[in-house]
Order: sequence, then structure tokens, then C-alpha cells
Amino acid sequence: MDSALVVHRLHFAFTATFHYLFPQLTMGLAPLIVICKLLAIRHPERGYAEAARLLGRLFAINFVFGVVTGVPMEFQFGTNWARFSRFAGGVIGQTLAMEGMFAFFLESTFLGLFLFGERRLSPRAHLLSAVAVFLGSWLSGYFIVATDAWMQHPVGYTAAADGSVQLVSLSALLLNRWAFWQYLHTMGGAAVTGAFAVAGLGAYYLLRAKPDDDQRISAALLRTGVLAAAIASLWQLFPSGDRQGQLVTENQPATLAAMEGLFVTQPNAPLVLIGQPNTDEGRIDNTVEVPSVLSVLSYRHWNAEVKGLDAFPADERPDNIGLLYYSYHLMVGLGTIFVALMGLALLWLVRGRLTQSRPLLWALVLAVPLPYIANTAGWITAEIGRQPWLVYGLMRTAAGTSHRVSAGNGLFSLIGFMGLYVLLAIAFVLLMTRTIVRGPAEVSEHALPPPASGEPAGAES
Amino acid sequence: MLYPRRRAVNPPERRAEEKMPTLWFLLVALMLVAYVVLDGFDLGIGAIYKLVATSRDERALVRRTIGPVWDANEVWLLAAGGTLYFAFPQLYASSFSGFYLPLMLVLWLLIGRALGLELRGHFGDDLIGDACDTIFMISSLLLTVILGAALGNVVRGVPLDADGYFFLPLWTNFRPGRDPGVLDWYTVLCGVVALVALGTHGAHYLALRTTGEVNVRARRIGHLGTRLLPLLTFASLVATLIVRPSVSDNFRDHPAGLLLPAAVAASLVAMELAARRGREQRAFLASGAYLICMLGGAAFALYPVLLPSSDDPTRSLTLTTSATGSYALRVALAWWLVALALVVGTFLHLYRTFRGKLTAATGEGYH
Repeated sequence: MDSALVVHRLHFAFTATFHYLFPQLTMGLAPLIVICKLLAIRHPERGYAEAARLLGRLFAINFVFGVVTGVPMEFQFGTNWARFSRFAGGVIGQTLAMEGMFAFFLESTFLGLFLFGERRLSPRAHLLSAVAVFLGSWLSGYFIVATDAWMQHPVGYTAAADGSVQLVSLSALLLNRWAFWQYLHTMGGAAVTGAFAVAGLGAYYLLRAKPDDDQRISAALLRTGVLAAAIASLWQLFPSGDRQGQLVTENQPATLAAMEGLFVTQPNAPLVLIGQPNTDEGRIDNTVEVPSVLSVLSYRHWNAEVKGLDAFPADERPDNIGLLYYSYHLMVGLGTIFVALMGLALLWLVRGRLTQSRPLLWALVLAVPLPYIANTAGWITAEIGRQPWLVYGLMRTAAGTSHRVSAGNGLFSLIGFMGLYVLLAIAFVLLMTRTIVRGPAEVSEHALPPPASGEPAGAES
Repeated sequence: MLYPRRRAVNPPERRAEEKMPTLWFLLVALMLVAYVVLDGFDLGIGAIYKLVATSRDERALVRRTIGPVWDANEVWLLAAGGTLYFAFPQLYASSFSGFYLPLMLVLWLLIGRALGLELRGHFGDDLIGDACDTIFMISSLLLTVILGAALGNVVRGVPLDADGYFFLPLWTNFRPGRDPGVLDWYTVLCGVVALVALGTHGAHYLALRTTGEVNVRARRIGHLGTRLLPLLTFASLVATLIVRPSVSDNFRDHPAGLLLPAAVAASLVAMELAARRGREQRAFLASGAYLICMLGGAAFALYPVLLPSSDDPTRSLTLTTSATGSYALRVALAWWLVALALVVGTFLHLYRTFRGKLTAATGEGYH
């Protein structure tokens, strides 16, 4: 690979990876804020309104970081990937423009109303502005996923005389089968991040509470978070993860082989749980595997033949098999742990013992960063898995860069972004920590009414 | 990859073929104008931030006038970018990679500005708050200059190669002739015009939304800018005719276009009268009209060229060579109009909710 290509790839990978740390929480928190506000109408004395206000504060900080790190993404299609943009801009520009016109406006105008308007708006109008922010952020997600889905599985286009591709069907672009499942899987991942954060927040407040503290807000956060996290975690394994895997099996067989570390085509293909891909020798070292399971997962049949990497010419295999294998396994491994942890927490919650179980509360606090890792690993799997293609089967990554932007100039801005984003990360951690540590006390301007008689503070429903 | 130029076609056929691209040219121009008029006032307020507000309380007041709206205003830039991207992919690819270095600066300034404005309240610390103020002011100020310089670059033209690409260093010898850089005397002049124009626009808006000391200073700065603008506008007009004499061609062929420079002059007169009599709303509307007519004049002069070549006119990127296929342009029109209606509706609602004068004491808690 020539060095300009490496720089442009790193440039996009770094800024995109950093960016997506924020939208996943934005999209995960938004529906939970709406749910808390709805519950607050039904149970005004249970702390849901205050929980929603606290989450709104964290949401606002997070949203700012998502917006400022998102702007460079749209620019980079042109600045660093000019030949790709000229080739495919007529198609993917459509969904990107739709994102700008529909989703950004919805989000940013109603975010202003949501954050600054609680006292100016009626409670119903304020709830509606929260719903609009939620819809805006999820709509935004759809347009971005539809854009990526077209690069994974191009549809609705035709080759034009000038060498570019042009749109022939907007509905094909928007209703791409790949986009449908990728969207559900991506949103599920965001919901996992948001729900883990809410559950972890509630658990943290319960752990640090003194015996006679009012624990209703903490308990409201914990209840909402654990229930949502359990549902979302399960959703990620089945059906959304499973269906996403099916699409890869059908349309990107070389990617499947690399993800699973399958070097040799075979029937009864085993599922590798643990092991290191030895790309020089073409095998997995130190394997822990389950026989035939990969055949079942891929083709629903015990002895189905699964194509290994040996079935594909070298220049049609993903170019970073190690990274692809690890990111995929990390995502699936963490996803499995999420189901187990949240299943347990939900069981304890239903039995009314979660608030007293300090080990489980600690586990919920410590688990907050894990969905970020899983989501990042998931996107690395999707994007490294598409290699060596920029648009699958149509344009190679090496052919899409801005050839007039030299490696040196690319490196200048890459280093600049790295420095700037380190500062951003520090500011983000500082601000979130500060808001979290100050906690629920600050948001309950009007003290909660005393708990209804017979219901101890912080009790489970 | 080679992109052969489309063959010349007969005039009637060509007119039909140009219809859709021309429409989208107008729509993108409309969005960019909306961006400059709307985000222009909060950029301009940023550029005069510490001049107009000397104490911490006054700065908090200034921030409250733009707090709920600046982000929505900035979205016009992203929406215009997205629209430009799908309608004229070749222009997007060529200009964004060619203006690589200044665009990276724009990105960093946009980030700095947003963080300086949005995060300062969350820190709850006066010292960090003061630092945020400085970051906000400097990045806003530089952004207005770069936006002006960018427009200057488009008018002056860039050295496009046979494939329609180019790459410009930030500066070379500061002369607009051969081997140009992003910054030369002409584009820097355009940057200064933009700084003064947007600073004035921002001052008029601020006067409209505030009372007390801030209002007095905003009026004074607004009036000063209003007096500087005719001179700067005239200088930029003369400079443009020197750097790129062909800008007058469209005006010669279609004299009706001369209404635009006439409207620029009229808006300047109206602005001066309004500023002198202390009519805040009129002054703001006049500066908005000034910006619209200036940009409209530039778009009129360029048409149908989107990005002129500085050394070989046949290489210029035009509407027809840059536009995507006609299906995409037609189908996009349907959803775009729906989206625009929604956008206008939400903007009216947003500006209605946060309207009226603010004083330093009234505290709807915008940090």
C-alpha cells in the first residue's frame, strides 16, 4: 500500500471511530429519556421526571461532542475520498443530503427546545420535543446506515458513460435489504450502550447512597436501564445479529471466512471461540472450537460446506484478516456476556433484590464501557470486512482516495485531529464525571413529594 | 480514471438538459445564502464578542441571544454540503480535495467554536469560561475570514488539471496570477469584507435582541460597520473586475442582472438610514438583504460555471459537466421540497419560541 492510501484510510478510520463513541449514546439515551418522561406522567412520585432531567443533562453534553466530531465526516468524503465521491456521490449523496435536510434539522431545532424550553413549553410540548430529538437521531442513523449499506451491497444504480455510477431507483437505495438489518443491528447496539449507561448510573448512585438518602431517582434509573439493556442485548444476538450474519454469508463469503478464521473450505465447519489466526501458515493457533456450528449458523445445516479463505484469490480477500477476526470475535463475545449479565440483573430486579446486591451493582457500573468496545468492534468488522472494496465489487479502496492530496498533507490534518480529539476526550470525561458526581440532587429543584405510605424509598416495583 | 467531457449538444437540447442542474444550482445557492444570513449573525456576534460584551454577565447575555439557535443555523451548511454532494458530485470531489488545507482549518475552527460556546457553562468555572470565550471569539472571527476567502477563491478560479482536480497550498506569493494559493491579496480582501459584513450583521442582530450597555455597544459597532461596508464593497468590486474581468460578461448579456448590484447599494443606504435612526429591526433586515444580494450577484456572475479554471477556461467545472444523472435530480426534488417545508416550519417555531429582548438580569437559564 502506498503511504497516501494508508494516511487517508487512517484519517477516516480514526475520525469515524472517535465520532461514533458519541452518537451511540445519543441514539441509545434518546428513547430512554422519552420513556422516563412517559413514566413520570404515570408515576409522578417515583423520580422518573428527575431521572429524565439528569439524563437530559448528560445527553446535552454528549450531543455536542457528537455534533462537532460528526461534521468532519461529511467533509472527508470530499477532502480525502474525492475519486470515490465523484464515482458514487450521485448515489450516496442522496442519503447524506436527506440526513442533513430531515434529521439534522429535526434534531438540532428540537434539541434547542428540549434543553432550554422546559419552563417555556407546556409539559406535553416538552415531551414532544424529546420525542422529536429521539426521532431525529434515529432517522439520522438510518440515512447513515443506508449509505454504508449501499457501499456493502450496492443496489439501485447504473454505470454512466463517464465512469461514475448514477441512481436509477431511490426506493431501492432506501429499502436496501442490507440497510434494513444493518440498521436494526446498529440501533440495537446503540440501545445497549444507552441502557448500560443508565443502569450503571443508577447502580453507582445506589452504591454510594447513605442509608437514609432518597433513592427513588437511582432506583428509577436502575429499573429502566436494566430492563432496556436486557431486551436490547438479546435483540443483538437474535434476530438482528443472526440476520446480519446471514447477509454476510450470502453476499460477502470471503468476509465471512476471514471473520470466522476459516482458512480452508470444509463441510462441518467448526465455530472458533478462541484462538489466534496465524495468517502466515493459514490456520488458527491455540483453538477452542465447537464442531459443525459454523455450518449451522451459516446454512442451517450440520454438514453444509463453508467456503474458506482458500476459495478466494488473494486480491479478493479482506486485507487485514487478523483485525477482522479479532474485532468480530470481540463483538460476539461481549454480546454474549451482555446477555448473561443483564439476564442475571433482570432476575434479581424482578425478585426485588437488585438494589441490595452490591456485587451485581458493581458489575453494572464496571460494564458501562463494554458496549462502546462492542459497537466499535462491530463497525470495524463491517468496514474491514468490506475490504479490499470501497464499494463492494465496484470500486477498490485504493482507487477512491483524493490523489491530489499527498501523504504529507493528509498526515498534517490526521495529526491535528489526533491532538484535538485528545483534548476533546479529556473535556468529555471531565464534564461527564462532574455532572454524574453532582448527581440527582442537582436536578430535583422541587423536592420530590414524600413516598407514598407503605412504599420504602428505593423499593422495586 | 478518465472522465471524458460531455460532447457539445445543440442549443435547444442543451437548454432542456440544463434545466434540472440549473434548478439545483439555484437551490444550493439558496441554502448557502440561508446559511450565510442565519449562521452569519452568530458568527458575526462571535467575531465582535469581547468588544461588545466586556463583563461576564454581559457575555452571558450575548450567548443567550444565540444559544438556542446557532446549532440549527449551522445545519444549513451541512445540508447545503449534502445537497451539493449529491447534485454535483464532481464539483464536491474536486473542490473539497483541492481546498483540503483550508477546509481542515474550517473543521477545527467549527469544533473550537461549538465547544467554546456549548461547554463553558458545564464547567462552572470562571477561568475556564474565560478561556472558552476567547476560543469562541477567535474561531468565529477566523471562520468569517476563511468563508470570505473561500468565496474569493471560487470567483478567482483555481488551476484545474485535465481531470478536473487541483490542489492549492495555503499561500504562495500572495498574488492571484499563476501558481496561486488559497490566500492572496484578493482573497484576503474578500475575507476582510466578510468579516466586516458578518460582524455588522451580528451587531444588528444583537442590538435587536438586547437592552442596556450591550445594546448600546452593539448599535455603535453596527453603525461603524455600516459605514465601512460601502467602501469595502466598492473595493472588492473593483478588485474582482481586475482579477477576473469575465465576471461582467453575464451582466452585459443580461442587463437585468444589474438589479443585484443596485440592490446591494440600496441595502447599504437602507442600513445606514436605519442605523442612524436606531431602527434595530430594519438595520438587521437591511444587512440580511445586503448579504443575499452580494451572494446573488456572485452566483449570477459565475453561472453556468461552478468552479472556474484560473488558466484554461475549457477546464472550468460547469453545471452540465458536474451534475449527476437527471433521475436523481428529479426524484430528489420531491423529498427536498417536503423537507424544506418542514425546515421552514421548525425554524419559525424555534425563532418564535426564543424571541424578544433579553436583559442581563432576566435569567432563562442559558449558561
